[in-house]
Amino acid sequence: MRLHDFRGGVHPPGQKHLSAARAIESLPMPPRLYLPLQQHAGGPALPIVTVGQRVGKGELLAQAQGATSAPLHAPTSGTIMAIGEFTAPHPSGLPLPTITLEADGAERWIEREPPSDPFSLSPVEVAVRVGAAGIVGMGGANFPSAVKLDKARQAGVHTLVINGAECEPYMSCDDRLMRERATDIVDGIAIMLHAVQAPRALIAIENNKPEAIEAMRTACRSDTRIEVLSLPSRYPAGSAKQLIQWLTGLETPAGGRGTDTGLLVHNVGTAYAVHRALRYGQPLISRIVTVSGGAVAEPRNLEVPLGALAADLFAYCGGVGEDCVRLLMGGPMMGQPLPCAETPVIKGTNGVLALTLAEVGEHHSSPCIRCGHCVEACPMGLLPVEMANSARREDWSGIQALGLSDCMACGSCAYSCPSHIPLLQYFAFARGQLAEQRREESKAKKIRMLMEQRQARFARQEQAKAEAAAQRQAAKKQRTVVAVEDDD
Amino acid sequence: MNINPLASAPHAHDGDSVSRLMGFVLLALLPATLYGVVLFGWPALNLLAVTVLACLLCEAGCLWLAGRAVRLGMLDGSALLTGVLLALSLPPWAPWWIGVIGGGFAIVVGKQVFGGTGQNVFNPAMLARVMLLVSFPVEMTTWLEPRPWFSGSAPSFLEGWAITLGHSAMTDGVTGATILGHVRTELGLNHPIEQILPGHYQPALAAVGWTGGSLGETSAVLILLGGLWLMWRRAITWHIPVAMLSTMLVLASSLYWVHPERFADPLLHLLSGSLMLGAFFIATDPVTSPITPGGQVVFGIGCGVLVYIIRTWGGYPEGVAFAVVLMNATTPLIDHYLRPRIYGRTWRGQPRPIPLRGKSHDA
Repeated sequence: MRLHDFRGGVHPPGQKHLSAARAIESLPMPPRLYLPLQQHAGGPALPIVTVGQRVGKGELLAQAQGATSAPLHAPTSGTIMAIGEFTAPHPSGLPLPTITLEADGAERWIEREPPSDPFSLSPVEVAVRVGAAGIVGMGGANFPSAVKLDKARQAGVHTLVINGAECEPYMSCDDRLMRERATDIVDGIAIMLHAVQAPRALIAIENNKPEAIEAMRTACRSDTRIEVLSLPSRYPAGSAKQLIQWLTGLETPAGGRGTDTGLLVHNVGTAYAVHRALRYGQPLISRIVTVSGGAVAEPRNLEVPLGALAADLFAYCGGVGEDCVRLLMGGPMMGQPLPCAETPVIKGTNGVLALTLAEVGEHHSSPCIRCGHCVEACPMGLLPVEMANSARREDWSGIQALGLSDCMACGSCAYSCPSHIPLLQYFAFARGQLAEQRREESKAKKIRMLMEQRQARFARQEQAKAEAAAQRQAAKKQRTVVAVEDDD
Repeated sequence: MNINPLASAPHAHDGDSVSRLMGFVLLALLPATLYGVVLFGWPALNLLAVTVLACLLCEAGCLWLAGRAVRLGMLDGSALLTGVLLALSLPPWAPWWIGVIGGGFAIVVGKQVFGGTGQNVFNPAMLARVMLLVSFPVEMTTWLEPRPWFSGSAPSFLEGWAITLGHSAMTDGVTGATILGHVRTELGLNHPIEQILPGHYQPALAAVGWTGGSLGETSAVLILLGGLWLMWRRAITWHIPVAMLSTMLVLASSLYWVHPERFADPLLHLLSGSLMLGAFFIATDPVTSPITPGGQVVFGIGCGVLVYIIRTWGGYPEGVAFAVVLMNATTPLIDHYLRPRIYGRTWRGQPRPIPLRGKSHDA
């Protein structure tokens, strides 16, 4: 199959050798798990357990709320210790509502009911089961997978793209998953193909993972619908938009969905989770996490129960050195800085990193010399330098006109800026200001509406009074006339 | 362990910096600079030192006046580069005050009044060169034939300073025109090209740089090598040099083909004057050239056209400085109109239509 190309992009050092050589290990069950109710895009899950309640492994703890949401299950058997606030992997660093579960060490599963044959289910039923298992996009987008499957089937997509690009530096969890559990992933892909009723699937893997490509090729040899593609390594190849462009030359229309191009993109981890859910009836309660970075003694890939703290993972990997300057959830390009290591792993956590100063490459920013490196690097065809200038001038309509909404914050621009200008920070600031503006506008609109309603009400009252007065007047007149007539 | 939870992504960098880029450019200029110094002796070295010093002092002074971090501002190397580029474009035996006035003008008027590094509209070195050419035409067009360092005709250290300080009689009687100046004068007298060139111009010598001219502009080959190295190091892209040189080549070839006795041949145009330095080191100044590849091509073409027009029909024999400064003025306009198309949008910025459905793509 002929590959197309996408614009821009950068080549950050992969750093995958730190962790990619070691097989996946299971993290010993930590004594306590912290499960934020919001681990997905959409409405937070609604807790259905109470403090002190004993739960089995895989038991439903919180149910989905609204059309776009995902339920949450117990990663191990134990006792609910608290339902309250806890540090969450969120940009604000603010705590979020979280269920705290104390493990009892028994690993006592609840009764599971896997279907005898997933392919005998209707596509809708498959999606329902995927939704009930709490599966969300495992690549970090965290979008509920069932919603995506349903929408894709309705849109009639012709190709399911399984994203194994893993273009973020350091990350090797998808690599290990593909190397070690290829047949399970391929089974998950087959189930997903059934769910979206698509005729074929493409597995896209960057060519810096030859072992994974080989393993996947071997695993899907018997299924002619599935093809493995080796992509050149270039960040952000793993972004759905760029992946679609790379595979088809088509672009997702601005404001549209990937399915508009006839393709549905899911992460390999999601395919694996679908396999677990539909074959064994296991909800999404664990995932593979890369623990890496120059400040980690022994980087490796761990299979981790959701809710384990980053600190538990680091401790298992020999601890974090004194030279650590940054803790991240996710990769260095788009990852979330953590306020502390006591932050739980969630469904979309592909890695936790402890980076040294040399790796972070932090530097004082100097004036922009308009070299255009950011323009060259932007995969979306934007002008980051002009957007940052608009943000600095607080010209919010200007930055919108330059395409702020098209920016996906991949960080290629700031990565290649010789002046070390924190471009993404400018964009995040502008987004915040615009959101604030929209809130203010909708508030003003609401107030104006209330004012108008009030005035209309007053006007109605005035009119009613006037009418009543007129009626009274008329009645009085009539009475007078009657009286006069009587007098006659 | 002291972690910063407020740092913004990305948490990685390609290691590039402004001072590194400027360092690359200076390194690429080194062969041409050394060659110029060897070719024109002590006075050339003195002029280079004086010009660079003037630039550095003015930069430091301006940063201090503006209340900015002087050390940090100086470290980016842009003032040093401006000084070197200006010196390379001056007549090698020009008096010290040409370097001082030029350097001061480049930094103070050309750069700092606009707000310092990254804010200037015009290339500072070229702005200063234009100013000097207009204000001091005699000093700026006093050329001499090569007098290499260890030859008998080279001035000694003391004589060198006497020349730089303007107290030497050695400058009398050594002046000659550059090849471009000579061609221009002679063509003005209606002499055909084939009578003009012999004895004044040999392509091989012009390529190597064994000829009269500005301090660092004579050797087209050394400058070309430096420029190619810069491209290889990705400090500059091909767009501006290739567009500028090929425009020049196309224009000079076509007119030479039509009328060989009235127009100089394309090789002469490419090898002489400031064209090579201009194409690789001056027009590529990131601050004053467009930011998009398309814009850079337009900018390069514009520079090439203007250089040819000025050289052929303008009032000066050489037009690189004027051409670059004029095109600098169009940079904001080019940047406004030539933008990349945004992913998922049409050129007009509207969302692209949804592609035709139900059709499987090429597989």
